[in-house]
Amino acid sequence: MRTKQEKAIVQGASAFSRPAMRLATICLLIIAMLGLSAAMLGADSHAIDLDALLAPSSLVHPLGSDALGRDVLARLGEGLRLSLSVGVAVVSLGAAIGISIGLISAWLGGWLDAMLMRLTDIVLAFPGILLAIALAAMLGPGIDNLIMALVAVGWVGFARLSRAQVLSLKQAPYVQAALGCGSSFVYIGWRHLLPNIAAPLLVEASFGLAAVIIGEAGLSFLGIGVQPPDASLGTMIREGTRSMLVAPMLVVWPGMTLFLLVMAVNLIGDTLRDMLDVRTEARQ
Amino acid sequence: MLMRILLGRGLQAIPTILGAATLVFMLIHIVPGDPVDALLGEYALASDREAMRLAMHLDDPLWRQYVDFLTGLTSGDWGQSLIDRRPVLERIGERLPATLQLAGSALALAVILALPLGFWAARHAGGGRDMAAMGFSLIGVSIPNFWLGPILMLLVAVGLGWLPVSGREAPGSWVLPSITLGTALAAVLARMARSSWLEAMSSECIRTARALGASEGRLWWRHGARLAAVPVVTLFTLQMGAVLGGAVITETVFDWPGLGLLTIEAIQQRDYPLVQGCILVIALIYVLVNLLADMINILLDPRQRQHAD
Repeated sequence: MRTKQEKAIVQGASAFSRPAMRLATICLLIIAMLGLSAAMLGADSHAIDLDALLAPSSLVHPLGSDALGRDVLARLGEGLRLSLSVGVAVVSLGAAIGISIGLISAWLGGWLDAMLMRLTDIVLAFPGILLAIALAAMLGPGIDNLIMALVAVGWVGFARLSRAQVLSLKQAPYVQAALGCGSSFVYIGWRHLLPNIAAPLLVEASFGLAAVIIGEAGLSFLGIGVQPPDASLGTMIREGTRSMLVAPMLVVWPGMTLFLLVMAVNLIGDTLRDMLDVRTEARQ
Repeated sequence: MLMRILLGRGLQAIPTILGAATLVFMLIHIVPGDPVDALLGEYALASDREAMRLAMHLDDPLWRQYVDFLTGLTSGDWGQSLIDRRPVLERIGERLPATLQLAGSALALAVILALPLGFWAARHAGGGRDMAAMGFSLIGVSIPNFWLGPILMLLVAVGLGWLPVSGREAPGSWVLPSITLGTALAAVLARMARSSWLEAMSSECIRTARALGASEGRLWWRHGARLAAVPVVTLFTLQMGAVLGGAVITETVFDWPGLGLLTIEAIQQRDYPLVQGCILVIALIYVLVNLLADMINILLDPRQRQHAD
């Protein structure tokens, strides 16, 4: 009989033979090619060229140019970088805050636990990205505020998950043994608890990344995220819809890029979940 | 006994609602600097600033403003819109039917699409048909609704000319927004239906029924479907609330005059009392629907009653 971890390692060797992972790799390769060609083109994504308004594809502008004559490929590259950096920043900040709160909440219990969990209830009382919309609108434009608004919503999943996991581990013999040896909470949390709850948290992080990427683009689409002239995939779709009837590709390109990116991240999440044998609750 | 469990669960919603109201109250006060600057801009006339301070009671102590806010909420005085001076609740009431219509048709679409798809995938698990159904589900989860909307508009409304592009007046105008909003719901629901049906079919009781000679059709529909129903119904009731979050973006895309579009309009016009009202109403509906979901769950599955205590 193999233990769960051994099974994960054996399966890990064949991760790339899974159809989901293969599809994710294809999506990522397309995105990498897009990013690379944008970098190689080296065009200024903010340079307005009034002679090339809504220009079709050409050697100078491989994917054409937008309503202000800016190069679409260069803007896609910028949007992609922004999506990924905001995504990674929000997920890592959210995970750091959420996991710390979850660990402390589960370990100490009592009124602190009750209070922190009521706090997560309150954040969860707002469906989807509604709270992020409200916070971003109040905090004002800017990428810092955008990240803050998304983190304010994103930490909750990590907190709840790590709390539930730690509660089930608290009575485990190795934790009790470490306690008996006089180890501190910080040591036990870092050396014993975290490694043992890493698998479900990793799955949560990958689905969280997909949600944050869509969230950032959604807020930017609504006009309360990234502000012009900066390019985000969301602002590009927003600007594209204005000239949709004349130049539909201005909506198609950023949407396609976003779709491929989100699908790749979702597929990686699915693969991780199956490989690490994690049961997740229904996701919305 | 059952009543007590349901009542206990209902009481749990009260601190959540109070907390949500507090958070919405604090929204205005988290604005860095003077809220009046944020509302009117830094170059507003001193007299306008004073009028705004007075209108929003910003000179009162914070606890006083908070108490006023909460008593206002409970007595039906949710403040006035800064733009047209009409009561916030009245403006929200006008927009609510459109959102409920959109949410209803999106949810109906999700169920009509997801249940057959989930069953089909489960019945042929591992085969090509399963792959096709789950492929659709993956696309549905990954496609952002603010992109699906414009693409549908381009293809169906502009390209084929079958349906109106946006708004709510023209007949058939609800179709595209409902598809846009319903696709992601259908995708998640189909996945859930597939996995719970498969899990149900591998349970002991199905094995027993099969050993007793029940037909395959009876196994899948009479026994399997009932077992699978609990998680699917739970997810669906949760989606009934979640659909409100998606409606904000979908309504903006299609210019659908609902609560979500009102929220975005209010944000753009910096009509903060209206923003607060909209967000609070959506959160309130969401919490109440989730409460309903829990209660249905407790009624459907007696095993849940132990956890609820």
